[in-house]
Amino acid sequence: MELPEMLNIGLMQGFAGLSLFAVLLLMGLGLAIIFGQMGVINMAQGEFMAIGAYTVYLGSTLTEKYAPGLIDYYFPFAIVAAFAFAFIGGWITEWALIRHLYKRPLDTLLATWGLSLGLQQVFRTFISPKEVSPTLPDWLMGSWAPHEGLDIPINGMFVMVLTFFVTAGVMLALYKSRWGLRVRATVSNRPMANATGINTKKTDQLTFAIGCGIAGIAGAAFTTIGSTGPTSGSLYIVDAFLVVTFGGTASLLGTALSAFLIAQTQSISEFFMTGSMAKVFTLSVIVMVLMLRPQGLFASKIRR
Amino acid sequence: MKKPKFEFQPNADRRQVLQGIVGLAIAAATMRAGAQKLPTSQVNTTKLAVTDTEVTVGQLHSSTGTMAISETGSIQAEQLAIDQINAMGGVLGRQIKVIKEDGASDWPTFAEKAKKLLVSDHVATVFGCWTSASRKAVLPIFEKENGMLYYPTFYEGLEQSKNVIYTGQEATQQILWGLDWASKEKGTKSYFLVGSDYIWPRTSMKIARKHIEGVLKQKVVGEEYYPLGNTNFNSLINKIKAAKPDLIYAAVVGGSNVAFYKQLKAAGITADKQNLLTISVTEDELLGIGGENTAGFYSCMKYFQSLDNENNKKFVAAFKAKYGPKSVIGDVTQAAYLGPWLWKFAVEKAGSFDVDKIAAASAGIEFKGAPEGYVKIADNHHLYSKARIGQMLPDGQFKVVAESPGLIKPDPFPKGYQ
Repeated sequence: MELPEMLNIGLMQGFAGLSLFAVLLLMGLGLAIIFGQMGVINMAQGEFMAIGAYTVYLGSTLTEKYAPGLIDYYFPFAIVAAFAFAFIGGWITEWALIRHLYKRPLDTLLATWGLSLGLQQVFRTFISPKEVSPTLPDWLMGSWAPHEGLDIPINGMFVMVLTFFVTAGVMLALYKSRWGLRVRATVSNRPMANATGINTKKTDQLTFAIGCGIAGIAGAAFTTIGSTGPTSGSLYIVDAFLVVTFGGTASLLGTALSAFLIAQTQSISEFFMTGSMAKVFTLSVIVMVLMLRPQGLFASKIRR
Repeated sequence: MKKPKFEFQPNADRRQVLQGIVGLAIAAATMRAGAQKLPTSQVNTTKLAVTDTEVTVGQLHSSTGTMAISETGSIQAEQLAIDQINAMGGVLGRQIKVIKEDGASDWPTFAEKAKKLLVSDHVATVFGCWTSASRKAVLPIFEKENGMLYYPTFYEGLEQSKNVIYTGQEATQQILWGLDWASKEKGTKSYFLVGSDYIWPRTSMKIARKHIEGVLKQKVVGEEYYPLGNTNFNSLINKIKAAKPDLIYAAVVGGSNVAFYKQLKAAGITADKQNLLTISVTEDELLGIGGENTAGFYSCMKYFQSLDNENNKKFVAAFKAKYGPKSVIGDVTQAAYLGPWLWKFAVEKAGSFDVDKIAAASAGIEFKGAPEGYVKIADNHHLYSKARIGQMLPDGQFKVVAESPGLIKPDPFPKGYQ
């Protein structure tokens, strides 16, 4: 292989790592808020991603049927709608299920797992047992080829840009807004936050719904990469928990760093080993790090 | 028709025989295609669920769980065949009644339900299973309880049983001719093998590699497996780009399939620059992948919905009439449709519902009305069938571009390929 060609492959491989990083981070963000900040083990997080993905599918089906000329433009609106639907779903779930279980965090695992099974069957019965893919606008498909032999996937760039904005938005909201202040106050000391006049119940509800809404955005973004089926959510959930736990719960920075490390380990090892071995290698590294640092990369600085 | 006459009246003279024939003819004309011709006690000596008017069969697929995606088509096709057979008067004059069981994509559940169908329902035969794992789970039960299974999926081979009729292709039927075609028609000399990480892709790729290196005397430049459900193929795609194969040979399944083709397209690997031949994409998969992501790539199967023959036109029309105009028919769906028909012919040839007699009668059974064209059951209980290459179209259908000249003999234990 000649040098420029190796450079091309190297560049593309670097991009592959970055785009996996973006995917993992987007998966982990919603959960970082729900699991990291609130301590709710939300096993249905993957299904909220599926809700987002199905929203895009719905958007594409409707657009194709009623306004085929607008197929190039529907996608951004579908993402907003995906956030909205998942947000509403999260809001209802919190009200109906989660708020009764804040004192029993382990039971949230069981309750949300049940919810996830229920949602999967709902998708299967009312949407389709088959995997579906929305029709993507042309500008999202194909590759950007700055020169011969170098192809940068457009959908990868799109997911990266989206992840950047969502992460920046969450960071800003959490550290610069009143809501963020209330969330952080509630997380670090609930009775005290209550005493200072923060409506912790409202805060919890909003936080949970936002976490789910972000999962919806993630799901919408993943339609550009893979397909959507009733059980797609269960594929995402493992990676999402991996990223959040490895990064250390309660730390958004940790989530980002852990997504980056996992993505790089995975994509570099994939290039030099076979796919299955790379997965084994990545998981072993994670397990070893977690054995040395059970609290994750970034421990939260809360007095207990 | 004559046989019972001679048995009951061994010394009958010509006149009596004549009377008997006339009588039988009248009986046949006045009664519904008669169970009277073949009394239940005679066609059913092993206490199967067969009465004078009805025969009960089982259907064992996953209608829930991960595999529901794939198995739904098979369930529908088998039901369609059974309906059509019933409309024609059933099997030996008996209407087919179906007991549907759900394996729920869980192999122990498959085993349990198989046992229930055979031991407590005494079904005459079972149409079912899809994944190799589910078939392996029920096989010992079918052999022990002496049941009959019609299995529709193309699979890795290395199996043969008196109690199973394999209506899909075993690995060599799907792989060898397809590779020969690529090498000859597309002039490919180097190959990159990609599969999901479980028994079927691994066995298939082993056969493919032996064929490429041993028979075609060409080169395999890469062989990769990814876990089921994996959705990130960017590193793999870069490896493929570095290896520059003439042909990507793919057996990626399930949700991974969609991610694989979407990402190939996003990385600029399209049909105008790269040959790709797969053994795991049918019309069903294309529905999920989206034809625009794969247009121009090739798939090797024995059946495509677009196949141009009279049988298939009738089959497709009947399927769409029953399940909606948007439904698609993939390779396995068609193979599942063959099951009930092949069983019917075997029962009629054997003149009995007894499993032993059906198993013995099955070899040599022909089905001229099969949508894929003429098929025949071989001695090893697999089907002689053709292989075909379909080119993927943007609308999710295939254009058949090549067809093996004759029927390919099934060879589940290929010598030199293990």
